[in-house]
Amino acid sequence: MQKVYSKILQIVGDVITVEAEGIGNQELAEVTTSRGKTLAQVIRLDENKVYLQVFAGSRGVSTGDKIRFLGHRMRVSFSDNLMGRIFDGSGMPRDNGPSLAENLIEIGGPSVNPAKRIIPKRMVRTGIPMIDVFNSLVISQKLPIFSIAGEPYNEVLARIAMQAEVDVIILGGLGLKYDDFLYFRDTLEEHGALSNSIFFVHTASDPTVECVMVPDMCLTVAEQLAINGKDVLVLLSDMTNFADSLKEIAITMEQIPSNRGYPGDLYSQLAVRYEKAVDFSDAGSITILAVTTMPGDDVTHPVPDNTGYITEGQLYLRNGRIEPFGSLSRLKQQVNAKTREDHRTVMDTMIQLYSDFNGAKEKLAMGFETTGWDKKLLKYGEMFEERMMSLKVNMPLEKALDLGWEIMAECFEPEETGIKTEMVEKFWPKKEAETREVEEEVEQEGPTTVEELGSLENNFEGK
Amino acid sequence: MSKREGRISGINGNMITVNFDDFVLQNEVAYALTGDEHLKSEVIRVRGKKAELQVYEGTEGLKVGDKVEFSGELLVVELGPGLLTQVYDGLQNPLPLVAEKCGFFLKRGVYLSALSDTEEWEFTPAIEAGASVKAGDVLGTVPEGIFKHSIMVPFAMRDEYKVVKVAKEGSYTIKETIAEVKDSKGEIQKITMVQSWPVKIPITAYTEKLKPAEPIITKVRIIDTLVPIAKGGTYCIPGPFGAGKTVLQQLTSRHAEVDIVIIAACGERAGEVVETLREFPELTDPRTGKSLMERTIIICNTSSMPVAARESSVYTAVTLAEYYRQMGLNVLLLPDSTSRWAQAMREMSGRLEEIPGEEAFPAYLESRIASFYERAGVVRLNNGKIGSITIGGTISPAGGNFEEPVTQATLKVVGAFLGLSRERSDARKYPSIDPLDSWSKYKSCVDEKQVEYARKILIRSTEVGQMMKVVGEEGTSLDDFIDYLKGQFVDEVYLQQNAFDEVDGATPAERQRYVFNVLHYILEAKFQFENKEETRHFFQQLRQDFRNWNSDPWQSAEFKKREDLLKSKIEESTGRIKG
Ligand SMILES: Nc1ncnc2c1ncn2[C@@H]1O[C@H](COP(=O)(O)OP(=O)(O)O)[C@@H](O)[C@H]1O
Ligand SMILES: [Mg+2]
Repeated sequence: MQKVYSKILQIVGDVITVEAEGIGNQELAEVTTSRGKTLAQVIRLDENKVYLQVFAGSRGVSTGDKIRFLGHRMRVSFSDNLMGRIFDGSGMPRDNGPSLAENLIEIGGPSVNPAKRIIPKRMVRTGIPMIDVFNSLVISQKLPIFSIAGEPYNEVLARIAMQAEVDVIILGGLGLKYDDFLYFRDTLEEHGALSNSIFFVHTASDPTVECVMVPDMCLTVAEQLAINGKDVLVLLSDMTNFADSLKEIAITMEQIPSNRGYPGDLYSQLAVRYEKAVDFSDAGSITILAVTTMPGDDVTHPVPDNTGYITEGQLYLRNGRIEPFGSLSRLKQQVNAKTREDHRTVMDTMIQLYSDFNGAKEKLAMGFETTGWDKKLLKYGEMFEERMMSLKVNMPLEKALDLGWEIMAECFEPEETGIKTEMVEKFWPKKEAETREVEEEVEQEGPTTVEELGSLENNFEGK
Repeated sequence: MSKREGRISGINGNMITVNFDDFVLQNEVAYALTGDEHLKSEVIRVRGKKAELQVYEGTEGLKVGDKVEFSGELLVVELGPGLLTQVYDGLQNPLPLVAEKCGFFLKRGVYLSALSDTEEWEFTPAIEAGASVKAGDVLGTVPEGIFKHSIMVPFAMRDEYKVVKVAKEGSYTIKETIAEVKDSKGEIQKITMVQSWPVKIPITAYTEKLKPAEPIITKVRIIDTLVPIAKGGTYCIPGPFGAGKTVLQQLTSRHAEVDIVIIAACGERAGEVVETLREFPELTDPRTGKSLMERTIIICNTSSMPVAARESSVYTAVTLAEYYRQMGLNVLLLPDSTSRWAQAMREMSGRLEEIPGEEAFPAYLESRIASFYERAGVVRLNNGKIGSITIGGTISPAGGNFEEPVTQATLKVVGAFLGLSRERSDARKYPSIDPLDSWSKYKSCVDEKQVEYARKILIRSTEVGQMMKVVGEEGTSLDDFIDYLKGQFVDEVYLQQNAFDEVDGATPAERQRYVFNVLHYILEAKFQFENKEETRHFFQQLRQDFRNWNSDPWQSAEFKKREDLLKSKIEESTGRIKG
């Protein structure tokens, strides 16, 4: 039988200090308060002083409350009974189902041995050209959506989840608005995916500490499923709340903050979670799609900044569309060589031209004369935004590539795009047969006089 | 000697406080015992009868009162044949073997030996009984893949010795004695093929340090031509996330013309290491015809692996580099990222409650960075041979802002600065090295005068570009406009390089010189166009031809053909060249 302690020495923030012996680091305890029972976790030991983080918060904890140590760390039950269920951040049912206690597994286990990983090669088709063409999503990718508050990030998340062909979807809600929780639940239900989903939801009104547990709960379950051969998609919304909870806790622990109040280990804390994304050799996989709202639309804010350094790219959501600049899939090159041979060309060229379009737009805004070239760019940019960038667009990759060629051909001559001749010949929509003829002519021309040839040669060879 | 022990009295993250009775050594390795696990730790501060230790593992489940055993040794690595092709964690734990033993996940407290005890090596003596030797002198060699691996007098043997006996030619394991030597006191010492060395202390068994002079060809044009790196030199690659630091290092690890590459994946993504790990064995090194893995060692302490071991990982890597340098080889060390190493120091410093400096980094950050890069260099060894270590570390500055402690401290000590720009990577202009902000103290593989000329054009082009933002294209003279397009042209057809194109992805030095010469000719030409539209059209066409040319195999028939085509196009416009 576990000993019960009742000597609370100190209460600071959500951390209580109790005198006890023989307690393991990170062990769980049960605190019985006038409000009921709550869990707490050991976060520091100093001689016989034990520092505990109280999950439900310290409000109402009295110095005489009873603390019973459980002798193990935070655990989650893993079995088929999880499917279709909804829990809170400490693993208690949020639906009307029974609480689960079979096959308990400690959360936040060790990291995967890099030698056991394989190079991800399976593309996830989303039907969104800004993803499929320009930033292909890949099984086992960890990818956040960087978003300003108010953008439809949960809709994008849900839309991708519905298109992805995975075995299980796990939703981790971190400070999730109740409406958004309902939205996810209803969307999954509509698509008949609810029975293959598991929810761990911390809402804005739940205790801060529980928010920090959510990613570990989700990812521990995901890991178990993946070892058993399942492809799992984990959705985390919103990881900025996770970071803010860490910040709150660090401040009550009087840690020296490194940047805007966030603890120095923010990077490691985020990385430990995101790095759970994996494609196993001879087993399943974990793909993580997260939301990171950017305070003040500032990508250099510590949360998006540290996240960007960890994840395999990011999607920028702004003005209701996925921005081509800043958005990046670091795994795209693992898959986009094998989709269609013009995939990379379309991807690179369209973005470069779009960047030129922005230049032209700037000019226009400054009131300068626009040249013929600028006019072409302006036309291109608008077509691109309307026909491909809009989140309303939903089409398979191949159609999107064709559309890309069409847009370019409507706006430019092939050589203006910088696309290699070989590709132009094969993919440029046929209306100008002249391109090829011009080329051949030039080839035959060559230098016109011997002197000219001589002087050229000298110049080419240098010394 | 009985084991010195202590008891845990406090636990805070990965730092434990240990009460001891006897004595402890600063930075000695100790093991915290919990259940049947032994967790490796290092003493990092001693106050009275309390020592503070950083644990190289997770500390969950440790208790106050748990036993700690002190080892009396500093953190060391094993040096001997068989290091090449290995994948180690920051403490030199061989990860594939750990996977065989423990499965999918890393298990704390599992430390396997870095080198095989049973593998046999073909030893050929290089010295005879009676010779005098000192630390670093070669006793014999064994073939290790494509190299002749020198078996040397251990660097820790500081005396002068007489060789008493050397093993005959034959196969030996690393544990067998291959030489016996007598020290100045007349005592006999046995030498095997393996030695250990503390990672935080540089190996200095050489006669002198020389100035880095010879370039390393990376086959990345913008580097080799504009901001070159040198054998034995140092450089850094700072850049915001996603700008292309890792890709640049991956490219260099593949193509760089050095003997050995050591990749130190320090606190970043595991997936990126996996790419190297899985692909290198399949890729052929054009210099040797063998797999690239044969010249590679990977130190992998990625972001979710323990932080204290991350701090050590860069030292483990550089010590292995020094070992191969001692054999007269040129080693390239690529840490990605040094910021994660600095952050590991910061985390520990925070737990020690040291007075924080800027952005909470410890006050000794600068000196640690400086002494790390100081371990690079070209050296003349005892036998006159030359060996080198080149260090090129990435930096991940917070918010992509270079005005931060790690970047600033590094810039003070390195010989080249390859700054990546967000603007360039957003516009998919790769490699996104900023051609104007970046600098190098080393020598280019291309004619320096031509490089200077191109640099001037680039500067001019940028100026005109800025000006055009104010006065518009209509307010810009045709001559200025031509300069503007010339600068863009240099960037588009030469500085930018398609890493995924088989040919364009790697440009040998000879080709760089050849192509740059053509480029120079174009830059020098004084074109007289009618108007801007015509000028733009001309350069757009030329750009396409040049890019096509970039993808033609060097000196192939197509290469020649396309070159002629290019020449004739320029020829066509030379009719308009003044003077
Ligand atoms: N030289 C390059 N050529 C083509 N694409 C590149 C190049 N460098 C970077 N990229 C693209 O940018 C992504 C991010 O590059 P990476 O090196 O991982 O960034 P960092 O290490 O700076 O965060 C890559 O996954 C790739 O898609
Ligand atoms: Mg990187």
